[in-house]
Amino acid sequence: MLLMTCKPDRATLKYRFCQWSVCGRAPFSSCSPKVCIVGAGPAGFYTAQHLIKSRQDVEVDIYERLPVPFGLVRFGVAPDHPEVKNVINTFTQTAQHSRCSFYGNVNVGTDVSVKELQQAYHAVVLSYGAEGNRRMGVPGEDLAGVHAAKDFVGWYNGLPDNRKLHPDLSCETAVILGQGNVALDVARILLSPMDMLKKTDITQPALDLLAESRIRRVLIVGRRGPMQIACTIKEVREMVNLPDTRPEMVAADFKGIAEAVKEVPRPRKRLTELLLKTALDVPTEKEQEKRSKASRVWGFRFFRSPVEVLPAPDLSRAAAIRLAVNRLEGSGEGASAVPTGEVEDVPCGLVISSIGYKSLPIDPLLPFDSRKAIVPNTMGRVQKTAGVYCSGWLKTGPTGVIGTTMNNSFDTARALLEDMDSGALDVSSAKPGSQGVTPLLEKRGVKPVEFSDWEKIDNEEIKRGVAMGKPREKLLSVDEMLHVART
Amino acid sequence: MSAARRLLRFNPRLLQSRTNKRTAAVTGAAATPPHTSVGNAVLFSGSAQCRRPEGRVTVHFINRDGQKITTSGAEGDSLLDVVVDQKLDIPGYGACEGTLACSTCHLILEQEVYDQLGHIIDEEQDMLDLAYGLTETSRLGCQVCLSRSLEGATVRVPAGLFDMRRADSSGSSSSA
Repeated sequence: MLLMTCKPDRATLKYRFCQWSVCGRAPFSSCSPKVCIVGAGPAGFYTAQHLIKSRQDVEVDIYERLPVPFGLVRFGVAPDHPEVKNVINTFTQTAQHSRCSFYGNVNVGTDVSVKELQQAYHAVVLSYGAEGNRRMGVPGEDLAGVHAAKDFVGWYNGLPDNRKLHPDLSCETAVILGQGNVALDVARILLSPMDMLKKTDITQPALDLLAESRIRRVLIVGRRGPMQIACTIKEVREMVNLPDTRPEMVAADFKGIAEAVKEVPRPRKRLTELLLKTALDVPTEKEQEKRSKASRVWGFRFFRSPVEVLPAPDLSRAAAIRLAVNRLEGSGEGASAVPTGEVEDVPCGLVISSIGYKSLPIDPLLPFDSRKAIVPNTMGRVQKTAGVYCSGWLKTGPTGVIGTTMNNSFDTARALLEDMDSGALDVSSAKPGSQGVTPLLEKRGVKPVEFSDWEKIDNEEIKRGVAMGKPREKLLSVDEMLHVART
Repeated sequence: MSAARRLLRFNPRLLQSRTNKRTAAVTGAAATPPHTSVGNAVLFSGSAQCRRPEGRVTVHFINRDGQKITTSGAEGDSLLDVVVDQKLDIPGYGACEGTLACSTCHLILEQEVYDQLGHIIDEEQDMLDLAYGLTETSRLGCQVCLSRSLEGATVRVPAGLFDMRRADSSGSSSSA
C-alpha cells in the first residue's frame, strides 16, 4: 500500500513520496535523507559518491573551509604528478549531480557548529583530514630555515595559508627528516630541472624562488634502515631517473641487506633491490656519464634521528642539524631504532621535517583521541555520537594515498547506509538540510561559494595558465578566489 | 574531455588501441550491450541475440560479489576501456584513468592468458606492488589490450581495490 504525501523539497519544489512499510507495521518515511559532509577532499567526495549511488533518495551537501574543493588532491599531490589528479574528474561529476551540493568558504567549527549541522541533517560525516603537523620536538625547531613538509608542500602548491612561507633556498645542503613519499616529493621539487617544473601547475612564486635556488644537495634522513623505508618504489625510481642528479649513499648502511632481502614480500623486495642497485652496483656506462656530469646530489641517510637544530653564530637561523646515530633492534617492518649515544652534525641551511601530518579537533563537543590524533570511531561511526561518522585521514590517521582513502570512505558510506536501513539512524522525520544552515550563515555574514562559482575560479586559473604555458596558474589567496567567484 | 581522450593524453601506449577502435567503428562495428550472468542463466539486457561484429573481443568479468558479467570491447581496447565504455559496476575502478598512478584497475587473469601477454614494464610492476590481493597472474587493466587471443577470457576483480600504502603499514607516510 502506498501513501502519497507531498513534501516541498528545496527551491525546485519537487515532491517526494513516502512509503508505508510492508507487514502493516508502523509506517516509516524514507523520503530524502539528508547527509552533510565536512571537507571536500577525496574522503568527502568518495563518501558522497557512494551514498548518492547507493540510494536514489539521499541528498548530500559538502561543506568546505576554502572557496575551492578537492583538498590534498589540489594542495598535496606534487605538481609533477598530474595524472594522480585525474580523480578530480570523477569528483566533479559527483559535485554536479542533482542530489549533491558544494558549499565552499564555510568553516565548520567557527561559521557553523557541528551541533547545528546535526540539527539540520540526518547524518554528519567528518572528512576534514589533517591540517596540523607532527612536531620533531627538538630544540631549534622554530629557527628560520626549518619548515614542516606540509607547509613546504602547501607553499609550492598554492595553499593560501602557506603563501608567505618564502623559504630560504640560498644554502647548499637541505636535510629532510622522514623518508615517506612526501619527503621524496619535496626532494624532487628541490632538485628538478626548471625545464620540467615550469610546465606544471606549481605556483609561479615557488617557481621563481626555485629558479634562484642554490641548493645542490638533498639528504633524506630516516631513523631506521633501508628495509624500513616508508616511501614506495615509484618515487624512488623517479629520484634515480631525475635528470642532472646523482645518488650518494653510504655503503655501510646496506650491510647485510642483500641477504635479508631474499625472504621478504614482493613490494619490499623490489624496493630494496632498487635501493641496493642504486647504492652499490657499478653503474652502466650511460649512468656513469650522467653521474659525472650531474650538478645536483641526493641521498638517503639511515639510522639517524634529529636531536637538535643548531643555529648560525648570529642565532638567526639554522646552520646544521645534530643527528643521533641509531642501531636497529629486530628486523623487518617492526624493527625499532635504538640510540647508540653517538651523534653527528650535518651542516645545512634548510631543514624540512616530513614526519607526518596530524588531524586537529574542530569542535570540543566531539570525541577526539589526541594521542592518535583521530576521531575515535568504529568502522567510521564516531564513538558515543549517534548520527556522526568520519572518513579519510580523520578516521584512520594521515597515511595512505587516494586509493586508500577511496576504500576507507566507501566503508564509512556503507556503515551509514546500513544504519539507515536498520533504523539505527533515524531518517523518518524530515530535516531541513541546507535550508536549516544557509539562514544561519547569512546572519553571520558568511556567503558560501557554490560549485558553479568554483568553476569560474577554475576557468580563470586555466586561462592564466595558458599565458604561462602551464595547466593552470593557481589563485593564491582566499580574497582573490572570492573575488573571482563573485564576479 | 572524454575518457578516451584523457587516456590518450597520458598514456601513449594506448594510442594504438584508440586507432584500432576507430578502425573498428569505421567498419560498422556496433557496441554489444553487456549482459549479466546469474549462475548459469544468462539474461540479455538488449536484444535477444547479441550480434558480435568483427573486431570485437568477448571477455567475462567476475565481480567482487561473484557475479559474472559478459561483455566485449574492440581489439586494441584496454580492459580499463571496456569497464569504462560498458559502464561496468566496479566502484572506484580506474581512479587515475589509465596513467599508471594507482592500482585500482587491478585484475586477476587466467594463467594461460597471463603467460601469453608477456613482458610487464617496471612502471606497471611498481603499481602492482601496491595492489591488494596481488597474485602471480595479476595485471593492471589499463595495460592489458584486447586481441583475438583474449577471446572468451575470464578476468577476476580482486576482493579489495586499495593500495598497500595504508594506515597500518608501520611508518608509512603519504603522498599521492
